[in-house]
Amino acid sequence: MGNKQTIFTDEQLDAYQDCTFFTRKEILRLHGRYHELAPHLVPMDYTNDPDVKVPLALIVNMPELKENPFRNRIVESFSEDGKGNLSFNDFVDMFSVLSEMAPRELKAIYAFKIYDFNVDNYICKEDLEKTLNRLTKEELTPEEVILVCEKAIEEADLDGDNKLSFADFENMISRAPDFLSTFHIRI
Amino acid sequence: MDGRVSFDADPVIDFESPADEDGVHDSFSQLIQEQCHDLHDVIEMTPLDLEEDSRGQITPQPILARNRPLRQEVTSDSSLTDLCVSDDVECLEADSDAPQQTDHLIGERWSSDTLKVLSSMPSRTIGRSRGAIISQYCNRTMQLRRRRQSRPSIQHFPRSARPSIRGYGVETDAAGFEEEENKRDRLVNNLQNLSDSDRVRMLRAMPLSLSEKKELRMLVLNKAEHSVSQNQIPCCSQLKYYIIIALRHGWYGWLSFLSSLQLWQTALKCVGGRFGTGVLSYFIFLRTLLFFNVFLFLVTGLLLVVPQAITHPDQDQNITVRSSWGLEVLTGAGYFSHSLLYYGYYNNQTLQTGHSCSASGNGTSCSSGLSYNMPLVYFFTIGAAFFITCIILVYSMSKSFGQSFRIDKSKGLLAIKVFSSWDFKVIKKSSVRLQRANIGTQLKELVAEVNRQEQKFPVLQRLFRLFIHMLAWIMCLGSTLACVLAVYYFSEHMHGDLRNRTQAASSDPLLKEASLLAVPVVVSSINLLLPGFFNVVAWMEKYDSPSMLNYISISRNLLLKVSVLGVLCYHWLGRVATDPQSLGLECWESFVGQELYRFLLMDFIFMLLDTFFGEFLWRVFSQKALKRKRKPVFDIARNVLELIYGQTLAWLGVLFSPLLPAVQIIKLLFLFYMKKVSLKMNCQASGKPWRACQMTTIFITLLCFPAFLGATVCVTYTMWSITPSAGCGPFRGLKNMFQAGKRWVHRLAAVNPDLHWLASAHSYLVENPLFLFLCAGIFLIMIYFHSQVVDGQRKIIELLQEQIENEGEDKKFLITRLQHIHERKRRVTPRPVKGASEACSYS
Repeated sequence: MGNKQTIFTDEQLDAYQDCTFFTRKEILRLHGRYHELAPHLVPMDYTNDPDVKVPLALIVNMPELKENPFRNRIVESFSEDGKGNLSFNDFVDMFSVLSEMAPRELKAIYAFKIYDFNVDNYICKEDLEKTLNRLTKEELTPEEVILVCEKAIEEADLDGDNKLSFADFENMISRAPDFLSTFHIRI
Repeated sequence: MDGRVSFDADPVIDFESPADEDGVHDSFSQLIQEQCHDLHDVIEMTPLDLEEDSRGQITPQPILARNRPLRQEVTSDSSLTDLCVSDDVECLEADSDAPQQTDHLIGERWSSDTLKVLSSMPSRTIGRSRGAIISQYCNRTMQLRRRRQSRPSIQHFPRSARPSIRGYGVETDAAGFEEEENKRDRLVNNLQNLSDSDRVRMLRAMPLSLSEKKELRMLVLNKAEHSVSQNQIPCCSQLKYYIIIALRHGWYGWLSFLSSLQLWQTALKCVGGRFGTGVLSYFIFLRTLLFFNVFLFLVTGLLLVVPQAITHPDQDQNITVRSSWGLEVLTGAGYFSHSLLYYGYYNNQTLQTGHSCSASGNGTSCSSGLSYNMPLVYFFTIGAAFFITCIILVYSMSKSFGQSFRIDKSKGLLAIKVFSSWDFKVIKKSSVRLQRANIGTQLKELVAEVNRQEQKFPVLQRLFRLFIHMLAWIMCLGSTLACVLAVYYFSEHMHGDLRNRTQAASSDPLLKEASLLAVPVVVSSINLLLPGFFNVVAWMEKYDSPSMLNYISISRNLLLKVSVLGVLCYHWLGRVATDPQSLGLECWESFVGQELYRFLLMDFIFMLLDTFFGEFLWRVFSQKALKRKRKPVFDIARNVLELIYGQTLAWLGVLFSPLLPAVQIIKLLFLFYMKKVSLKMNCQASGKPWRACQMTTIFITLLCFPAFLGATVCVTYTMWSITPSAGCGPFRGLKNMFQAGKRWVHRLAAVNPDLHWLASAHSYLVENPLFLFLCAGIFLIMIYFHSQVVDGQRKIIELLQEQIENEGEDKKFLITRLQHIHERKRRVTPRPVKGASEACSYS
């Protein structure tokens, strides 16, 4: 479908289309964006699935992510190695989950991953503190941050273990009306 | 202690699965069950286990174990020694990991059995859906693969996406690769059994990495090719697919277009970011009012003003254009009094298009051509506009009631704010800063609300405070009463004055016009000054909760405004309308319309003055003269009530002056920008941040209950029982405006005998008050039921929350009991062979 050269075969595009929330056109555009990030690294020809990964530092500089306080966490949660190096598949995956069409359940799973800074499968007080500091950046005093953390965990924790498991998180998110619209990046 | 029993029943529960997903679900339940069984084969590594295992066992040989090429597969019935040797590596690897995982989970050291039971609890395992199970499967394969590729230290691995399933984190990969292959096969089979669109949907919604998904898809497709003949209608389904995509795109485009239509979004964001939700609610309310007026304006403009404007009025009005233009804009009299602005200009004819037959008042009706019965249209337009406004108001009121109750009662607001308030779409630096400020302010408000404790005062102090409050209320009520009386007598005096002037025809017309402005000026200055007085009184009272302060201030201001408006309505409908001849008025409706126009305009001018003097000069004064650092705080209650007052005037005036909503629209537009600028320049965010989620509800309620209801009552009264003036307007010659409908129906029945039933229906349904009472009664009952339902829901929510809390307590209790029993058992039989094998059987 490329103009001069084929970037993907039709089959590949079909596969992408079936597995993500993007259309062929958008996949091609995404490839363009991915290529832009590291022109020397990323080949134009993807027909034979080259094993290329773009490091976190480059991805984080995308305008869509640049100002996001959770940019590093987003990229890390979607990378296969957990360190933030994204292959093109991971890259597409990331924007697919963050797209408008992705269902709440899927978004919730990845949102949980993003907010779980220390990757222990729970959002504990430290995770929440980090989240808050990123969210507000000097708007709140440290005491207020601690207070908010305590209250938030108290509110959302259903099983009383003083941290949020995914069940707690999902339960809370299901009551947040604007989660679907806020957890969304337009590409 | 077999936890399996609890499992097989539970995982199928899916709270959110829509009806059409049942099929999908069934095909996955098997997989889920599989996973659940699997859970028991998981080893749970805790320090306790380590101790237990190493105690009196073969010493671990990590080097030997690490050199083993492939992990030995361990089944649950493998022998004890075998298990412990093969697991030593895991123990060591997980060593650095396990304490971190467990120690902040539970402060105490639970026994492994308890942990096992814990980890298999439904709340941690039911995946509200297969999504979690699948992702878990994915993570396991991923980890397995990574381990096979290289063996980095284990703690860097990201944990599974289904984090609530404990145990998987430290599971042994001895579960085996083959098993994973089996699982994948099953997954592929499941996917294959689905229809095309379902498969695509499933694939997309799986929390797997894209490469996994692609592999799965390939497998599914390959299998499909081998086994079943390809589905015959790919083209058709493709087409359907494209159509659906196109429709969806169109829908999303439409949605984004709609959201881009939302007025003043950036301005509102800016205000909300800097001043918090309280001030924001004022601006949102202003916007709501603007929409109401736009609606009214569109209705009256399209149905009344445009048809009237394109037909020439038959009688030539000898308009004497005088030069006092400036004054006319203020008073709305003079040139304007014979214009589309007022009731008097509209005629009572049936406008005809097509045929040129002259239709005089009581009609030789034309048989063909489009007829436009002005009185009827006037009547029904006003009626319908009020009715629709009423419905919108009641609807938005009930909606916002529901919302505020939900927000009010349900917990988890803080957590929701923290996790779902960041808008990931925002990419501009300035907006990011704004968003930060906004979230910070909102969190502060929430925390402030949580933190406010009830203060206890000694009895004497409480009595004193009670006395102060009583005194304050007496002062406020007294001053309100005084103002109302003043308005009453002053309007009476001005009424008499006007009568004298008209009788003594020699008086200066300019002065006469100017004297019309006296009452509006007095009323507006009362509206401006008295709230200031109320504020001083409230300051004296020293309320400690800002929302309480607001409620008090709102109720006092409301009382003032309602009573003043009541007196004015009496003045217009009681004095002017009943005796228009004494004022020499040909058309009292136009006069009342002019009065309302004057009040609206005066209100606006006084708001301008208030903004300039009250906010700007006060800020300058307090900063320069008083050397205060702080800027004044925006008074939400007073400003909102001023808006409500203006809107009531506009609603009252629609009948008498169909273009009044346009004036109100202009006023509101001005006001928005003025207040925004003034806010930025002169005010600062309130020192005590408070949450204003119920504020919008209260504003809407106030708008609905005293304001709109009062206006409706007045307008209905006018239509029903006041004789319209004989010389002007669409209803001339009728006993009341209401008769327009009746006359039309009778005429219809006379022309067409078949429609005779219409006349009787009209007389029974519309003229008979019983029917109207019935309608109103039904309406009220519906509102009542609705409120009851909301109330019931609230109660149920409370009960459920309580139940959840109780369940949590139960769980804690059971866990401690369990732990207790295990410990006792261990103490009695230190390490029986049977028990040990049971303890290890989860590996």
